[in-house]
Amino acid sequence: MSESSSSAAVDAGGAGSISLRRLLRDVDWRRYIIYIAFVVVFVFFAVLLGDQGFLSQNNLLNILRQTATITVIAVGMTYVIACAEIDLSVGSVAGLSSVCCAMAISQWGLVPGILAGLAVGLGVGTINGGLVSLLGIPSFLVTLGMLGIAAGVAQWITDSAPQPILDDTFNLIFGGGNFGPVPGLIMWGAVFVAVGAVVLNKTKFGRQVLATGGNRTAAEFTGIKTRRIKFQVLLLSATVASVAGMLYAGRLQSGRFQWGAGDELSAIAAVILGGTSLFGGSGAVVGTMFGALLIGLINNGLILAGLDSSQQQVVRGIIIILAVALARKK
Amino acid sequence: MDNAGTAVAMRAVHKAFDGVEVLRDVDFEVARGEVHALAGGNGAGKSTLMKILQGVYSMDSGSIEIDGLPVRIGSIQEARAAGIGMVFQEFSLVPSLTVAQNIFLADEPRGRSGLISDREAVRRARELFAEMEVAVDPKAVVADLGTAYWQLTEIAKALSRNARTLIMDEPTASLARHETAALFDLVGRLKKRGISIIYISHRMDEIYQIADRITILRDGRHLLTEALTDVTPEQIVEGIVGKKIESQLTYRERGHDPSGEPLLEARHLRSGDRVNDVSFRLHPGEIIGLAGLMGSGRTELARALFGIDKLTGGDLYVRGRKVSIGNPQQAVSHGLALIPEDRRAQGLVLDHSVRDNLLLPLLDRTTKGPFLSARAGRRVSSELISRFGVKATHPQRPVRLLSGGNQQKVVLAKWLGTEPDVLILDEPTAGVDIGTKSEILEMIRSLADAGKGIILISSEYPELLAVSDRILVLRDGTVTDDVPRRDIADEESLQLAVQGVHS
Repeated sequence: MSESSSSAAVDAGGAGSISLRRLLRDVDWRRYIIYIAFVVVFVFFAVLLGDQGFLSQNNLLNILRQTATITVIAVGMTYVIACAEIDLSVGSVAGLSSVCCAMAISQWGLVPGILAGLAVGLGVGTINGGLVSLLGIPSFLVTLGMLGIAAGVAQWITDSAPQPILDDTFNLIFGGGNFGPVPGLIMWGAVFVAVGAVVLNKTKFGRQVLATGGNRTAAEFTGIKTRRIKFQVLLLSATVASVAGMLYAGRLQSGRFQWGAGDELSAIAAVILGGTSLFGGSGAVVGTMFGALLIGLINNGLILAGLDSSQQQVVRGIIIILAVALARKK
Repeated sequence: MDNAGTAVAMRAVHKAFDGVEVLRDVDFEVARGEVHALAGGNGAGKSTLMKILQGVYSMDSGSIEIDGLPVRIGSIQEARAAGIGMVFQEFSLVPSLTVAQNIFLADEPRGRSGLISDREAVRRARELFAEMEVAVDPKAVVADLGTAYWQLTEIAKALSRNARTLIMDEPTASLARHETAALFDLVGRLKKRGISIIYISHRMDEIYQIADRITILRDGRHLLTEALTDVTPEQIVEGIVGKKIESQLTYRERGHDPSGEPLLEARHLRSGDRVNDVSFRLHPGEIIGLAGLMGSGRTELARALFGIDKLTGGDLYVRGRKVSIGNPQQAVSHGLALIPEDRRAQGLVLDHSVRDNLLLPLLDRTTKGPFLSARAGRRVSSELISRFGVKATHPQRPVRLLSGGNQQKVVLAKWLGTEPDVLILDEPTAGVDIGTKSEILEMIRSLADAGKGIILISSEYPELLAVSDRILVLRDGTVTDDVPRRDIADEESLQLAVQGVHS
């Protein structure tokens, strides 16, 4: 490896054909595989399902609306995975947040409701982050435990009953309303993606997350407080998940313990499809968004194509494995 | 040697990566029972040539003969079948398994039932170690053993597969002196059994000590093959570097002012069980060399100074003010920097670009408001790259693709970008070629001339003697000697001091 690169320097002034080949080589196709896959799948469905209304504005907005919550959760997950950790509790946190938010709204009103929802994320995130960074318990285990705890608490305090939300302002802000012609949910997704992408790529915090995930020892030796970084990404992920929970609550005008169940797996799939390394050290928030969109696209297309849910699961699984296989490093 | 027959002959080997020629028309021959040194600077093509022989890469054209018979080596398995064994530089053992389990990994002896028989593996491992005349417990878990034993296990692993030619890449890099001696004894015994050894090393003294012949590659071409009795070290260095270099390894007395306030002062430091009561003063412009055997507490002292390990006693003063350094962040804020021992594991994020690695400790200086400024980052990183002569085709490409010497320069540049007052270097020249090594030593001198205080840890005595103003000898975590450089006559007397023999 090293031999080839340093000899490349020697040959820098080589013939034109070589530099053209090198130019093509330097374009790393695997990095863009998610975008290519997205376009291919989109065109495929457009051609095949154009008659069934796949291309209608309504259907396209629907896809965006349905993937918005997963996108929000997956943005937080991108940070966790880029930092070489994992957060399995996000789905349950969303459920618990929707429930607490709904109950607090009916008790005390709008603002306390939103604060209650956020408090769920901050609380769970602090526990997750604290156990991982202070006690050194692997995040896989901590958040696996938390997945059960949060889901259990949500079901327990509500007696498994849905908690209706009658506050129209809440339902309007969190997912029900439109922003001009654009559904509010899509705005939420867009804001999280934009802020997430800028913070990861363009701030000191983002760079330190990537360095910690890439080589924790080197980062520590460089003076980065890697424990704090690990704590922060888990706090961030849970807090973002609690916002996603409120988006469920707003869209469905109720809090319920099932909201978000299983979302952790969709979010992880979106993150990995988007080009973030499962082993940490690299992360792409915009890629994550396309990963989530690809999953949403596939779900939607397969339904329109008339496959039953069992077949949908099989095809979805195949496409995800295929995309990750194509995107892997040599 | 010639009449003993040719073990390996590689002829007219060509190899290009993406149109860039890495090896051109290279011939390489190793005689049966010979220790053949393979030398060349970073990027000369040594590792590519050896990877072809091991079946990791396939050559574009050329031929390979083993014992006079043409063979095709297209995979690691075929290389193994042809009797080529590799003793890996980065050890390829599974730490959680025992020595015997590692030796027979993927080739486990089976009992009558068809199941793996660990007992048989242990028995055969014992035989192997007995043949090698070394004492290793086959039942020991590899993680519990020192690196010297890892290497012996690697060699046994290769021999268990009937390797007739062993490739050793920098085998002494992580060994203490007496372990190196034991390894050389073993190499001698293997030679007698007709096993050929291709020996890759940057250490000239070792090459002269054990090799019969040397082949030098430069820029992907074969430069020369000579018996070591027929070449001088100067010719070898010149061959590797491509030009005569003024020897940086001769001591030049440098002046510094020891009267003022020390940059760093340690009083009775203790940490763990490897640092026991260490005191010293480091003045601006001074280079202190830390000498000692492996396990003498050198690395542990560096870790304690930098706040990686907790101090359990003693006081630290920076510019006369008492400080407490509990973690690397505090060390950095007091103007300390540590170039760690293992650049790949501790110094770099290998998959990140050269630029990102360089900027990691400098993020505060390349921000604009809350955001990182790409322009400032480009400016700062290209300044560092040119100031420290890093040869990187493109600062955006992963640092993993650079040669060892260039990676080390990136680590140095990264830290020096923070403008530290005190620089602690732990084995800064391990595994880098002679050209880069002299550049690094010269860099150390000029940093000291600029008023920085430097603590240099090195296992290579010529290097310590070349740049240090004062040498502290550590043994069992305590300073046993603290002598000005000019009072040390030669390498021999330093070595005696390190071994604890006093005249």
